Amino acid sequence: MLTIYQRSKIGAKSFEAPFITVPKYALDDKYLGKEETILPSVSEIDIVRHYTKLSQNAFGVDNGFYPLGSCTMKYNPKLNEITASLDGFTSVHPLQEEKSVQGCLCLMYELSQQLKAITGMNFSLQPAAGAHGELAGLMIMKAYHESRNDFKRTKIIIPNSAHGTNPASAALAGMEIINIPSLDDGSVDIIALKNACGDDTAGFMLTNPNTLGLFEEKIMEINKIVHKCGGLMYYDGANLNAIMGIARPLDMGFDIMHINLHKTFSTPHGGGGPGSGPVGCADFLQQFLPSPIVIKENDNYIFHKPSKSIGKVKNFYGNFLVMVKAYTYILTLGAEGIVGAAQKAVLNANYLKEKLREIYYTKGSCMHEFVLSMQKVKEDTKVTALDIAKAMIDKNIHPPTMYFPAIVQEALMFEPTETESKTTLDNAAKVIIDIVKKAYVSADELHSAPKKAYITRPDETLAARNPKLRIDLAKG
Amino acid sequence: MSTYTPHTQKEVQEMLKELNLTSLHELYKPIPKECLLQKLDLPSGLSQFEVEKMVKSLAQKNRLYPIILRGAGAYHHYIPPVVREMSKRSEFVTAYTPYQAEMSQGILQSIFEYQTMICELTGLDVSNASHYDGATAAAEAYFMCKDKKRSKLIVSPFIKESTLEVLQTYINNSDIVVAPQNDFGKIDLEKLTKLFDDTTAAIYIEQPAKNGVIEDAKKVGELAKDYGVKFIMGVYPIAMGLIKKPSECLADIAVGEGQSLGLNLAFGGPYLGFMATKTALQRKLPGRIVGETVDAKGSKAYVLTLQAREQHIRREKASSNICSNQAHCALTAAMYLATMGQKGLKDVALACVSNAHYLKDQLLSLGFSLKYKGEFFNEFVTVSDIDSKMLLYELEKNDILGGLPLSSKEILWCVTETVTRKDLDRVVEIIKGGVC
Repeated sequence: MLTIYQRSKIGAKSFEAPFITVPKYALDDKYLGKEETILPSVSEIDIVRHYTKLSQNAFGVDNGFYPLGSCTMKYNPKLNEITASLDGFTSVHPLQEEKSVQGCLCLMYELSQQLKAITGMNFSLQPAAGAHGELAGLMIMKAYHESRNDFKRTKIIIPNSAHGTNPASAALAGMEIINIPSLDDGSVDIIALKNACGDDTAGFMLTNPNTLGLFEEKIMEINKIVHKCGGLMYYDGANLNAIMGIARPLDMGFDIMHINLHKTFSTPHGGGGPGSGPVGCADFLQQFLPSPIVIKENDNYIFHKPSKSIGKVKNFYGNFLVMVKAYTYILTLGAEGIVGAAQKAVLNANYLKEKLREIYYTKGSCMHEFVLSMQKVKEDTKVTALDIAKAMIDKNIHPPTMYFPAIVQEALMFEPTETESKTTLDNAAKVIIDIVKKAYVSADELHSAPKKAYITRPDETLAARNPKLRIDLAKG
Repeated sequence: MSTYTPHTQKEVQEMLKELNLTSLHELYKPIPKECLLQKLDLPSGLSQFEVEKMVKSLAQKNRLYPIILRGAGAYHHYIPPVVREMSKRSEFVTAYTPYQAEMSQGILQSIFEYQTMICELTGLDVSNASHYDGATAAAEAYFMCKDKKRSKLIVSPFIKESTLEVLQTYINNSDIVVAPQNDFGKIDLEKLTKLFDDTTAAIYIEQPAKNGVIEDAKKVGELAKDYGVKFIMGVYPIAMGLIKKPSECLADIAVGEGQSLGLNLAFGGPYLGFMATKTALQRKLPGRIVGETVDAKGSKAYVLTLQAREQHIRREKASSNICSNQAHCALTAAMYLATMGQKGLKDVALACVSNAHYLKDQLLSLGFSLKYKGEFFNEFVTVSDIDSKMLLYELEKNDILGGLPLSSKEILWCVTETVTRKDLDRVVEIIKGGVC
């Protein structure tokens, strides 16, 4: 594909600047920039064709099945996009007087209430993404212990099956990470947890269902162990889709959590963001929430700074338009719809897993996702999980998450979500089984997959060893 | 009510049968009874028609102003139609992070082009794929500079309150030192040097400063260099169409709020944190970075690269915890910069600075004075005996959102290319007629 700079021509332009109707002001020369800024000069039609071309070489949920585990790539309803494009939201300045933005504030308040109904917790909507919510949540944990003059609680316990953001967020929050092993099914090793807990424990981070898609059946025992030693329970909301409306993190004994609105509540992921990662906590912690939150006073909605707030984690109030989409979604589904969506997500995962029993069998039922190990296929044929994933691309299916969690060898993690039909799942199962069968007869073909994509496999080692991180404009 | 689930009743039954189950409830057997929720306390779902009507009625409760003279971190610029339309393409909107390069060349190339434009705009070597916003980018820029010996962050007295608040949340407060100011409304360079010592990791300033004044950024950069202190420069990207960019000011890291590059005001978000640095620091950058490489056949290909910095590989040793960023906002910003071109950006910057100085002159002629003497870009603070609230109320009655009141006498005005002389004359007339 041509780059936008390759489409650039001296003299071409697509923007006609407004006519300056006042006397032109000349800034003091000492402030003026002298270095050139090279931006493309492109006509409007060429910009349109450029981005159309780029979009044709992108793959979203609208293009096909996207069972990327842990990412909950469900359908992003068009109604959400329409409501988030309303002028009454997009054109509001964040520093208008509260009385002139009652619509925005009411929406934020109502969304917090919806999230509270689903999780049992009180929310600040400020964090911009899941990992940002984690960081805010861990700061709340730290602030809580410090508010009780308990300064020795600096250690956070994290299972080795956790999402990578968990330990990274804890490190950023200034905590010491204690990694504990998991059992083979990814569930918490209770003995290891007990051994790790002590009077220096700040808390324990867990996602439930865990990253193997299984519900932690001993969750009540786990929360008692952690609470008994004086630690707090952090819920990583990345896997909330499985249980929304079915079980609340608060009732499982969690104290703090974040939600990924861009996973569970159907807001699109935009090729990497923007997401939204509201951080929530039990009543006894709500005075620590990031500021501001929205409260209702008589019939007015106003901003409020919680008394012991950890402060602001971001400018303004969060990714507001993403909130509009999540709010629209929850209003549309309502109580039965939320429960129904969770159930179908679990149904779809179990169904696809069952359909794949021919190539990999795991006992028992999963929640919204499951992990297959391609270790045996690899031993038999040298075809790896990567090869299988890449071969799916030729069948217009986005590969599952690969090589995660690390506790499973040659892992492929599938999360079909509830918005896929039986037909799609049947087709995907057939595609995957065919690929695995092919491994046993023509492995080489799979080593060089995909064949039909825009590129063949990229050389990632070269990219990292000899980083080319921008267009070389001298070369064009 | 729609759940957006495509299953027919018959299919659900078939699927349950395949699993040897008789009801959907049985799927949740592994959940202990004591955790199960009896009833989800939410209203019933609504039709799309009803929801659209409800949400529209909320949007209508917000007041919109055709003329906006308020900035302070969120800027009302014109967004060209081609940007508004093309950014909506659903292949961009509904994609995840481009983990699978073969399927995501379009997304990866858009980021690579964005990185190139951010490098051009800041004059630095390497850009990441975006951060949450300008304030979080500033906070993480500090972490790039901090080491065991150097932990102090000096900030200009004129960085935005909200940036300072975010820094205070992210960073040990004992490590943040606010530098003194001078009479011009800038950082005091003489006193600044006394703050530099061998525990100082970095200095952070915003250009222009929160009061609109253009800081002597190059001098700050030179001083920082003398003392071995890293220089983090937060910039308003539109101003880069005219004034010295971070490279010219010897900055080590440039960050900024990219909202003004084609993103809506949107009540504060989603916005875009941009972040660029020199090659020497590239392996400390947080977040995604796209690189160019070749595929198995030797053709050009783009991939996510330098991933050894990131959380999914390095876990607690990662350079940051960031995973999701503001990719779609970055795509939009790149479209905006491509649409504007170098000349368009310069024209917009010139319109902003000219309009702002015109309004300033008109307000001075009404007896207002300027709080700061320093040269400003498109924001300035006025002082007058007229009660700020009363004045702004008069403007609001006429559908004009005036400047941000800083006190009963002081207002921070912001003027962009979206207003004309006629609009500004009307503003002055209203002030003259209503409150003067």
